Amino acid sequence: MTASAVAPLVERPDAAPSPNRRGRWRRRRTTALTPVAGLGLGITMLWFSLLVLIPLIAILVQASSGGWQAYWDALTSPQTAAALRLTVSQALLVTLVNIVMGTAIAWVLVRDRFWGKQFLEVVIDIPFALPTIVAGLVLLSLYGPSSPLGVDWANTRVAVFLAFLFVTLPFVVRTVQPVLLELEPEVEEAAASLGASRYVTFRSIILPALAPAITSGAALSFARGISEYGSLVLLSGNLPYSTEVASVRILSYVEGDKLTEAAAVASILLVVAVLVIVVLDIISRRVARHV
Amino acid sequence: MSIMRRRVLQAAAGAITLGVTATLSGCVGGAAQPASDGSGTTTLHLVGYAVPKEANNAAEKKFAETPEGKGVVWEESYGASGDQSRAVVNGLKADYVNFSLEGDVSRLVKAGLVDASWQDGPTKGIVTDSAVVIVVPKGNPQGIKGWDDLVKPGVKIITPNPASSGSARWNILAAYQQVIANGGTEAEAKAYLTKFFNNVVALPGSGRDATNAFLQGSGNVLISYENEAILARQSGEDFDYIVPDATLKIENPGAVLKEANPKAKDYLNFVLSTAGQEEFVKKGFRPVVKGTPVGTVEGANDPAKPFPVPSELFTIADLGGWDAVNAKFFDEASGIVPQIQKATGKSQ
Repeated sequence: MTASAVAPLVERPDAAPSPNRRGRWRRRRTTALTPVAGLGLGITMLWFSLLVLIPLIAILVQASSGGWQAYWDALTSPQTAAALRLTVSQALLVTLVNIVMGTAIAWVLVRDRFWGKQFLEVVIDIPFALPTIVAGLVLLSLYGPSSPLGVDWANTRVAVFLAFLFVTLPFVVRTVQPVLLELEPEVEEAAASLGASRYVTFRSIILPALAPAITSGAALSFARGISEYGSLVLLSGNLPYSTEVASVRILSYVEGDKLTEAAAVASILLVVAVLVIVVLDIISRRVARHV
Repeated sequence: MSIMRRRVLQAAAGAITLGVTATLSGCVGGAAQPASDGSGTTTLHLVGYAVPKEANNAAEKKFAETPEGKGVVWEESYGASGDQSRAVVNGLKADYVNFSLEGDVSRLVKAGLVDASWQDGPTKGIVTDSAVVIVVPKGNPQGIKGWDDLVKPGVKIITPNPASSGSARWNILAAYQQVIANGGTEAEAKAYLTKFFNNVVALPGSGRDATNAFLQGSGNVLISYENEAILARQSGEDFDYIVPDATLKIENPGAVLKEANPKAKDYLNFVLSTAGQEEFVKKGFRPVVKGTPVGTVEGANDPAKPFPVPSELFTIADLGGWDAVNAKFFDEASGIVPQIQKATGKSQ
């Protein structure tokens, strides 16, 4: 996952409904009929199927191969349920923090000039680039028993939260930044000259424009959070019912040659991710429409 | 609109068909065949768990000096034992495998890759032994002498996760069975294991992760293996280890695949000769062949007498074998360990 993969998600046409919808429809229809566009569509679908659809279907087939009973048993195992609860709740919490902090960081990076800005621009991406096991080592030395901060959060739920926070930091920043760059200051100046307070300007002008970008970033950060494994290996202690996350459960099932159960847990993570993305999308549309 | 939708469907159907065909044809290719070219060299593929890498490399060098081993070139893959075993089932090329658990070879037998007779030899398929030991910080500040000290207040135990790491099961079984070896009942052993888990502060994913977490200072006791403790001390780590009076003998299997080049069998025979065993002893493993000369082993508590014999050294066979052990201790629903973890996990 790199910043370049994030960028296209930002420009979602549906977020800002175009006034001449019909005109755009007609144009799309005609392009869909040209051979070049057909080829493009074919390649897109092929690529998408090979990389995403077929593996996803394989997971679902695997999950259902043991019958509903095995599926149900895996999900009702109290240990698995506890791991799923912990993973989803921490990922949601981290996503909320990222929505606020990520937007604030993007704002500072775009609108303010200060010494060391270039450096910060580069450093922001480090959680992307760092192998997660290295991130785990970094976090362990920072928050573990030999912490320079004088804390010892290793093997607690705080460790899970901090690890999620670390690996998901760049998502909202990197999705909001380009949109904020494109935002014309003239619009804000006009709002101000018409007597709008800074709060009203933010609420009615800036936030609706940023909403789709914030949502994309939030969705990515949530999805990354629920799947995190590497950075937790050394930090969380994997204690069942306490600090064990869903990915460790999946790994345990794989180690025990229980692929059906592993796929069952994976499919739940998939469903949760889709649900959260849909909910975020609905919220984003609401905010974008609210002018 | 309808034309476009049909186009999309056509494209999708075409793409999926193509994808499925590609996947299927990918699965069919790459059947194993012994590699031997005309230049007099033979390539053997070794797939194993990470710990005995250096010992295998040393044994390969000595093997090359024998008439059977002349001209053998090695291609090796090392990783977590369970992952490596699954990789071989899924088509990773292997002539000789060296795993940490019998179950990882049994998986290959089930898949038809290893002959069911692999345990018929004098060592029953085992190529190296070791023992479960207690690792403590340098100087042993808590004065830990054996298992009984581990359940005292203030002891923070790190042991790899028995669910995600198969090898971690040795440790839990050692903690349980030592109670019985000392004349205790099953109920007492269970009670001990509950107290033990109450003092566990971390269950890292693998033995190596557990060692790293311990070296970073979380926890003050690490349950590990004698050979790993010796190897880590050979490479400069500074900690002490204790071989308890009663502990579990660790037995690591090695096997030759059915389709393997015949030279792989020669290598296994070499590993099971005293010359081969010597190389493993140097890296901290206990020999499985009687009469293997045990010289000085750097990194051991007493390099001149590296392998003290505990008064009680029990084996997996004493516990009823791996199948029985896995069902009794580690079954997700009814196993002793998940149930104890449930009780202790909820109180934390």
